[in-house]
Amino acid sequence: MMKKTFQQVNKPVRKKDAMNLLLGKPAYVDDITPIDCLLVKVLRSPHAHALIENINTENAKKVDGIEVIYTYKDVPQKRFTMAGQTYPEPSPYDRLILDQRVRFVGDAVAIIAGTNEKAIDQAMKLIQVKYQVLEPVLDMHVAKDNDILVHPEDNWKALCPVGADNQRNLCACDETIEGNLENVFSSCDEVIERTYHTRANQQAMMETFRTYCEIDPFGRLHVVSSTQIIFHVRRILAHALDIPKSQIHVEKPRIGGGFGAKQTVVAEVYPAFVTWMTKKPSKMIYSRTETQIAASPRHEMEVTVRIGAMKDGTIRAIDVYTLSNTGAFGEHGPTTVGLSGHKSIPLYNHHLEAFRFAYDVVYTNCQAAGAYRGYGATQGIFAVESAVNELASRLGIDAVAIRKTNMVKEGQEMSAYYHEVAKSCALNRCMERAEELFDWENKSKPRIMPDGKIRSGGVAMAMQGSGISGVDVGSATIKLNDDGFYALTIGAADMGTGCDTILAQMAAECLECDVDNVIVFGADSDASPYDSGSYASSTTYVTGKAVEKACLELKDHLCEIGAQMLDCVKSEVEFTGQGIETLVGQKSVSLSDIATKSMCGNNISTQVTVSHSSPVSPPPFMVGMVEIELDKETGQVEILDYVAVVDCGTVINTNLARVQTEGGIVQGIGMALYENVQYSDKGAIAENSFMQYKIPSRLDMGKLRVDFESSYEETGPFGAKSIGEIVINTPSPAIAHAIYNATGVWQRDLPMTPEKILMSLPEEL
Amino acid sequence: MNVKINLNGKDIEALIEPDMLLIDFLRSQGCFSVKRGCDTSNCGLCTVLADEKPILSCSVLAARMNGHCIVTLEGLQKEAQGLAEFIADQGAEQCGFCNPGMMMNAIALLKENAHPSDEEILDYLAGNLCRCSGYEGQLRGMKAYIAYLEQGKENS
Repeated sequence: MMKKTFQQVNKPVRKKDAMNLLLGKPAYVDDITPIDCLLVKVLRSPHAHALIENINTENAKKVDGIEVIYTYKDVPQKRFTMAGQTYPEPSPYDRLILDQRVRFVGDAVAIIAGTNEKAIDQAMKLIQVKYQVLEPVLDMHVAKDNDILVHPEDNWKALCPVGADNQRNLCACDETIEGNLENVFSSCDEVIERTYHTRANQQAMMETFRTYCEIDPFGRLHVVSSTQIIFHVRRILAHALDIPKSQIHVEKPRIGGGFGAKQTVVAEVYPAFVTWMTKKPSKMIYSRTETQIAASPRHEMEVTVRIGAMKDGTIRAIDVYTLSNTGAFGEHGPTTVGLSGHKSIPLYNHHLEAFRFAYDVVYTNCQAAGAYRGYGATQGIFAVESAVNELASRLGIDAVAIRKTNMVKEGQEMSAYYHEVAKSCALNRCMERAEELFDWENKSKPRIMPDGKIRSGGVAMAMQGSGISGVDVGSATIKLNDDGFYALTIGAADMGTGCDTILAQMAAECLECDVDNVIVFGADSDASPYDSGSYASSTTYVTGKAVEKACLELKDHLCEIGAQMLDCVKSEVEFTGQGIETLVGQKSVSLSDIATKSMCGNNISTQVTVSHSSPVSPPPFMVGMVEIELDKETGQVEILDYVAVVDCGTVINTNLARVQTEGGIVQGIGMALYENVQYSDKGAIAENSFMQYKIPSRLDMGKLRVDFESSYEETGPFGAKSIGEIVINTPSPAIAHAIYNATGVWQRDLPMTPEKILMSLPEEL
Repeated sequence: MNVKINLNGKDIEALIEPDMLLIDFLRSQGCFSVKRGCDTSNCGLCTVLADEKPILSCSVLAARMNGHCIVTLEGLQKEAQGLAEFIADQGAEQCGFCNPGMMMNAIALLKENAHPSDEEILDYLAGNLCRCSGYEGQLRGMKAYIAYLEQGKENS
């Protein structure tokens, strides 16, 4: 049954760590770990593709303060993946900590550890490397079956059948067809086919990658890292170092942003290897440049969309082919690409008779890609939403109207979403609300301002998932303590999103207490119950349900103890939030009394751990509408107004969901308009700092207006679905649509820079 | 070389390398609120007050601050409390890594201009990047705080 009113969830509860963060208290890796440890840096390849013929570290080792220098000759020879995914990982095992073959500009050549930065920098200059420079393959279009192989090695392996073949530069490939595709296309009035290109955007979280390692009193490797995935880090380091998992302990302190970047083990292997070998504490702090050139950005994708429709706008067939560039290594390559079709095509489920989704994911000598908020859905949705806007325009149908005709409706089976049924879907209400809030009828049309600039509007829809169905595991431990306060222990990682707080809200809702009565601890691989980690929009939906289940079970335990104390049986008492009360006679014991009793002559646990996994991944839905002002003299686009209406099921924390939405939209605006990654013909990235890689400032995002139209997801905690990722998906297609409405020209290549727009404009405009 | 700096109201003397950046000096003095988000003076995370003016501590040598007064968020805990509460009530702190720099600059703004317009707020804080919040919540928090201060004055 739908619970209409809540006491603790669906409220704007302040984040538990908010004040300490705002007041600048020490909380992050570099604030809370010792200063007097070895510092670790990596010498990086200047070549996109080369073999190390000779590497001489003798002179470098003589520098005062240098502890150790490692090369490819010193590291274990078992390949692994740095992708933080459930084992067996779909990402191929194509990494070594250091390899004789370097595969992109920035690839690791040597690890240097020393007592101070100056010594390390000096030593780095003294390492002599003789490279056999090889021709790189930088263009993803020619990578498949190229003579140049990025991973020719024999010990490369794919653990899962993802269509990978290192002898073809293929990280993954697949094709799914449902329905009588070509027959449906041939009977359509209108078929359009367009190709769209998105870039390898950087997550650009403010805290770069960083990890501290030490050997604990038991001789184990203790890793303190800024990571979203403590348990995956433990496994990946065990693989990389070729040591037992039992020898590793991983914890995360506060994290200065992740957005998926920290779902890959980017920095951890280097200090982990140094500390394991030297048994001395060490720390690695990635510079911003390293974070820009040797990390885990979004997969560059080229998405070709073919849509078949009738004159009335009925969409009957969609064909999506995605070419994805995973770069030098395959982290998240086989999985991100799937979302480009499976989370774009189902938006147009209503009249869909057939679809095809095919893809190739190729290795190149570019920076390896990884997970970034949206995870392939962002790229696919830019393409499909743009194609639908182009279709609507050709048919002379309003872009909102064509969506109303075709959008997925509650209760429908979504063939392109693994046949999951949309049991909770308020996309129709999102569209109506957005239309009204934005004033679509008037603001979508081009209007020429007195200064000659043109204002216009654009629209896009989006969906995402809520966790990985049948894979992600969330767990929660809830414990009653002295005085009757609760401790919630989780393995999910709050990376600023506020999951510690929203999970406490859920516990408080179940346990009928105030949020302040629930303390939260996480995440620590020795202490936390298993959790896949915070990614794939899973924490609210998957871990949240585990919290709910754990609290129900704890209440049962507390009733049992309370009943004993009241000399009756469990069935004669109930949990009241303050304690246990008999159903008749009004005898009661307080939580504090139960807690005290639990520590004296007690055999019933006041601590419960419950795991949860979901067979489904209910999509959140949203609509984004943007008003821009375009300067036809310069091609400059200014964002004036952005309306977003989101169906994330029950909103657990009304403030945090709003800020997630606003933050995602602004990241999406950056992706749409200026965040670019460009390679020289030698494979070096131009945008290697915030000087060149511009992310939106507070002058760049106009007015954001966010509203919620909630459905109720029965399988989620208190009806909730996810919010974290979906919110980045609408800006690119909505802005491209607005630019078309202003200029009559479609922008199909991101980012839509002033130069590109200006060069594309017809002279008469 | 030796420097004498008044840090958060306390005179300190320290032996430093001539090329030490102010940010590294401040962190070595335990001022962990001072964060580094880039290497190119673009992010604003390392903002501190030098003789009451906001500066980027990543772009100044510690030696240049010899004889000057530096204030970090550690030295402004009381002054920051009110604004922090209003930002927290929007959930706009998010990951928190950019918060200290933003708070320092916001406090500097309000000292210079007690009644800033939206445009003046955005303009003054434009150099403080934030990747999480989308900025809108920070603006709401600041405006609510300013309104609260104004109301307090009216009532007194």
